[in-house]
Amino acid sequence: MDMQPFLDTFFEESFEGLDIMEQALLALEPGVAPDRETLDAVFRAAHSIKGGSGTFGLPAVAGYTHDVETLLDRLREGETTLGEEVRGALLESVDVTRGLLAALRDGVEPDAAAVAASTARLQALLGASSGATDAPGTAMPAAAADAESADGPGWRVRFAPQPHLFTTGNDPARLIRDLEALGPVAAECDSSALPPWSELDPEACHLQWTLTVHGGSEAAIRDILEWVEDDAEIAIEPLPGAAEEPPAGPAVEPAPAGTAGEPATERAAPPARGGSSVRVQTEKIDALIDLVGELVITQSMLLDTARGCDEVTARRLRDGLAQLERNTRELQEGVMRIRMVPIQFAYARLPRLVHDTAGQLGKDIHLDLAGEQTEVDKTVSERLTDPLVHLLRNAVDHGIEPPEARRAAGKPEQGTIRVAAEHRGGNVVIEIVDDGKGLDRERILARARAQGLPGAEREDLDDAAVFDFIFEPGFSTHEEVTEVSGRGVGMDVVRRNIRELGGSLQVASTPGEGSRFIISLPLTLTIVDGQLLRVGEEIYVVPLPAVLESLQVNPEQLRDVAGQGRVCAWRDGYVPVVGLDRLFGLERRPDEHGRTLMMVLESEDARVGVLVDELLEQQQVVVKSLEANYAPVPGSMGATILGDGRVALILDVAGLLALSRERPAIPLAAG
Amino acid sequence: MAAILAVDDSASIRQMVRYTLTQAGHQVADAADGNQGLAAAQRQGFNAVITDVNMPGIDGIELVRRLRALPNYRFTPILLLTTESAPEKKQQGKAAGATGWLVKPFEPQKLLATLDRVLR
Repeated sequence: MDMQPFLDTFFEESFEGLDIMEQALLALEPGVAPDRETLDAVFRAAHSIKGGSGTFGLPAVAGYTHDVETLLDRLREGETTLGEEVRGALLESVDVTRGLLAALRDGVEPDAAAVAASTARLQALLGASSGATDAPGTAMPAAAADAESADGPGWRVRFAPQPHLFTTGNDPARLIRDLEALGPVAAECDSSALPPWSELDPEACHLQWTLTVHGGSEAAIRDILEWVEDDAEIAIEPLPGAAEEPPAGPAVEPAPAGTAGEPATERAAPPARGGSSVRVQTEKIDALIDLVGELVITQSMLLDTARGCDEVTARRLRDGLAQLERNTRELQEGVMRIRMVPIQFAYARLPRLVHDTAGQLGKDIHLDLAGEQTEVDKTVSERLTDPLVHLLRNAVDHGIEPPEARRAAGKPEQGTIRVAAEHRGGNVVIEIVDDGKGLDRERILARARAQGLPGAEREDLDDAAVFDFIFEPGFSTHEEVTEVSGRGVGMDVVRRNIRELGGSLQVASTPGEGSRFIISLPLTLTIVDGQLLRVGEEIYVVPLPAVLESLQVNPEQLRDVAGQGRVCAWRDGYVPVVGLDRLFGLERRPDEHGRTLMMVLESEDARVGVLVDELLEQQQVVVKSLEANYAPVPGSMGATILGDGRVALILDVAGLLALSRERPAIPLAAG
Repeated sequence: MAAILAVDDSASIRQMVRYTLTQAGHQVADAADGNQGLAAAQRQGFNAVITDVNMPGIDGIELVRRLRALPNYRFTPILLLTTESAPEKKQQGKAAGATGWLVKPFEPQKLLATLDRVLR
């Protein structure tokens, strides 16, 4: 049978199990007796991976995880205590298993050295005594009915079930039928134990049999009767004239002194959040989302058509369309919600990361995670992991001071990093707060000037502007490059990743008290509330949340500043202006007074003015990837299809700013 | 054709069991843990139950015990999925009232053959 369809599920659930293992192992305190429930969960995860890998033909995984399971079992039974060494080995085994599974999934060569090293470490912990662990359970038990090995004439089997036999779900008739698979069976029934009718308990077994089995081996017969050997008297002897069979070992291993006396815990499983659930492949949901997107486009197309109808028809049509719009929007939101997952998936690697990194640097750090149930789009969640990892690494490395420095500063030796997520409006906001030393304004400024970063030479920069330099490419203030931070990935990449998701990254800091990084992300990536606008013959869409205001400007308000590009007087300062006509090579048509409309757009804390000819309606648009369908277009986050079938670019404010390459010439008043 | 209840906390094993048994013409209901399995068994009757041992909440052994306490399941065949590494589970399962066991890992053929032993 082809196991491939189940392998995908197996890999998916195994990775989830490994995450659970890792989190649970990190939650356990070395030296403190681990609680049974957590250990059970860890054991089950390892056990499932081992069992599944055996079933689905992955002997390498089954073999390796056998030792992991054995060690966990000993922990569970209290035969091994959880020290830092055991925990380290188990955490390592999580990594090795992950790598092994990923390699098998992707069809690449697994890291045999890592597996061997981890196996050695595990076996050392298991002790030399158990060096001869039983072979990983990949061997198939021999088939019970090996009818071909009929030794001689056969066997006489005395089978005397106890009265309770039926209550084990077994049935003598079925057992006799199974024996027939070995060869013809002659059954002699002994009904002498039957009580009189008046006392007969119809649910008890009162009959006994003498069975003559013409074929099979003693082992095969024992195999068939193995399930009832404690519920019946069984005697097997060869028929006269049968060849002497070499004595078979006992077919059943003696029951080891196990945990039979253990009371079963009567604990209700925690109710699954949100009732029952279904696993759905993301592709299916994405197909659904695409379809809903098409529906939205069709609906706006119909609306466009209705505008050209006569009064009566139009009114009826519009009523129907209003209904359709409501339904479409609800359908869309419903489908979007399917893709939402709790952000805890993005949190998964963090405890381990902080634990390991802090250990390397000799720091004592407590990680506090909050809001793990906050839901975000699956893609957002997946692409959030890297920035989070980097920001945390940064907080551990640069933010939290070593214990002695903290003590000297009158702070508790244990530093705290808090990661908290919550919904604010249509965004999810994740804050990474540490109580470390904070950002050093003067050093950042000095460093920025030494590197000649644009704008660093100015004397009137506020804190926010100074802190912003840490997101510039190649910027680092760490005196000596540590193993932790010197990985060639800078804060600039983090900010870029977050911007690619349509989000923003800001930092605030108080010297001596710590830093706060704030990530703000849209909940979904595929639908935007848009403001349509026209420049020349072209229509563009701007995400509504980015629109600060629209105003009429006279030509004299626009000025070209040397080396700064165009700016426009706005409120109490100036705002850099981007001409889409210049950018995209369009013909603009200002009105007869030369006046023009300007939309002020905002991204994070930067603002930019865009000159437009006309503001059109606002509507929800479906974001289609230009990258996937055409090629990336600078200054746009994607494109959409309008009701009349035209394609419109969706402008990306941060991208436009980057394109205009203009830093605000004059600090802007907070608006 | 029989109605079978399969209880296992591993989705991939459940899928495989379901597929194998369905291909063989059986009707299959599955459950991810003992609680769900118990609820399913109370909703409808099954000709046989197959359950894993290690599960969160109500484990396989306890599920056997509770099924046996239900009037409709006093004589129903219940098979435990056990592993070579935990032979004592067989005995615990027997003590709780299990009919027999199937040692993991198993081939689909082995599953069908074992199940056939307790049907009819």
